[in-house]
Amino acid sequence: MGFEGSANKVAVGVVRSDGAILSNPRKTYITPPGTGFLPRETAEHHREVILDLVQAALDEAGVAPKDLDVLCYTKGPGMGAPLVSVAVVVRMLSQIWGKPIVGVNHCVGHIEMGRVVCGAVDPVVLYVSGGNTQVIAYNEKARRIERRYRIFGETIDIAVGNCLDKFAREIGLSNDPSPGYNIEQEAKKGTKFIDLPYAVKGMDVSLSGVLTERMRRGECTAADLCFSLQETIFAMLVEITERTMAHCNTQDVLIVGGVGCNVRLQEMMGEMVKQRGGALYATDDRYCVDNGAMIAYAGLLAFMEGDVTAMKDTTCTQRYRTDDVLVTWRKDKE
Amino acid sequence: MTATAKRKASEVVDDAVPPTTTAEAATTTTTTTTTKVVDLIKNLGGYDNMISQGAEGRVFAVTFLGKPAIVKQRFEKTYRHPILDKKLTKSRLNMEARGMMRARKLGVITPTLYYVDTHQAAIYMERVDGASLKELIRAGAMTEEEMRDVGEEIGRVVAAMHDGGLIHGDLTTSNILLRARDQKVVVIDFGLAHNSIIPEDKGVDLYVLERAITVTHRSAAMFEHVMAAYKQHSRQWSASFNKFAEVRMRGRKRSMIG
Repeated sequence: MGFEGSANKVAVGVVRSDGAILSNPRKTYITPPGTGFLPRETAEHHREVILDLVQAALDEAGVAPKDLDVLCYTKGPGMGAPLVSVAVVVRMLSQIWGKPIVGVNHCVGHIEMGRVVCGAVDPVVLYVSGGNTQVIAYNEKARRIERRYRIFGETIDIAVGNCLDKFAREIGLSNDPSPGYNIEQEAKKGTKFIDLPYAVKGMDVSLSGVLTERMRRGECTAADLCFSLQETIFAMLVEITERTMAHCNTQDVLIVGGVGCNVRLQEMMGEMVKQRGGALYATDDRYCVDNGAMIAYAGLLAFMEGDVTAMKDTTCTQRYRTDDVLVTWRKDKE
Repeated sequence: MTATAKRKASEVVDDAVPPTTTAEAATTTTTTTTTKVVDLIKNLGGYDNMISQGAEGRVFAVTFLGKPAIVKQRFEKTYRHPILDKKLTKSRLNMEARGMMRARKLGVITPTLYYVDTHQAAIYMERVDGASLKELIRAGAMTEEEMRDVGEEIGRVVAAMHDGGLIHGDLTTSNILLRARDQKVVVIDFGLAHNSIIPEDKGVDLYVLERAITVTHRSAAMFEHVMAAYKQHSRQWSASFNKFAEVRMRGRKRSMIG
């Protein structure tokens, strides 16, 4: 069973070791248009609903607590207060049910879920969400020596989801079901392409300038801005992914993270991958957006290799890089 | 060329994606542009002469007025909005040519620029006989001493560019060659180059280089030699180093919520 609560979603999921998802309920803390989610209020929301989610996850999966092998929770990265609110619940359940705990890196959860759902073997991973923008690969050398995911490119300032969310707030779009989704819908109505800053630095991108720049403009509709913003920042993301592919000599791409369910981004990435003769793997919002099953699955993989987190180590951390995790479970051919 | 993703010619033909380019003249229709580029590629000796496909363009080995040359042709990125694509292709082609010339004036060895075909977004330059730093490190072909010498040379070269107000923009180990005949450092691919004297830009340039050397190849010692030489040769090393440290922290911190 996996527990996730690093941002405004709280979720519990039950998975089997073969990747079958038995249940995956989730609740999102939605704030009114023009506002974002604050750590303390988000944690309050999570505390309110998490026990219902645990019950729902058990019922839906048709299992009893005694059938579970391990409880997995998001150790980080994420917002401190929401993370801790979930960790407390996991510690309590672990003691009541007598089950071991495994702490999971949120980003690795996304990657492993994407890999098992799509059946992608060794893709370049574009991880795009509210707090993360990274191009990750598990390349030849990483396999042999490091056994770690390696970040090839990332944002050097704000994350792409953060950029979109802030923009949605600025123009007063609804946060329900998510600001990114509403931008995507709005962008479909946009026709005029507005020139925005395009900042690719090697394999890294810079997104804050786009935001500052477009705030100064007023000569077009919100739809046009949504359209141009998407076209520009997604082009940047596709470009750094392509650079990483060329660098690592990889054919396939996997997109994970909340922004990954944006169909326009998937289209653009698909186009690029086709030009290079590879395949694109992407999932819909059930697996792209933060969920409990991904934490359960990534934790289970580590658990099967003998990893267990002792009670005293079941802490949370706001900063936990993807390349900090020792990948014990990947048995790729060398 | 950002990468040396070498592929066999036959594989590329199998892709069956008609290579197109955004010609400078907006009036040119897509069909004629396509035909022209197909002709161009034919003139370049077809895909048999293609030596690599980077993220930006295809690189062909040709003979230009009797000299061994390289042609780098930027292909259209169909995923991008046409306006954006045209803008980027044009500015990068221009910057590549200008950056290369400017670097030479600053005493940095780059391939000699032969010809720029703005219409087909192709750039003709000298074919440098040598290997990229990436290939050399990967192959383990360099001794500690050579790594130090090359590291110091890179530091000197980057300092010269920065002091002259030129930011390379994509300082990766694929874009640094060692010339076969004299083992001199040759810098290529100025497609992301720009003119700037702002320490921030220099810091980012150094950061990209650090990541390329240490993250991709795990040779932290080499980067130390780069930095030592940079400090020695750049008049504004202090400002650049400060910004570099700042940019580095930014990259580190970024792993946050999601």
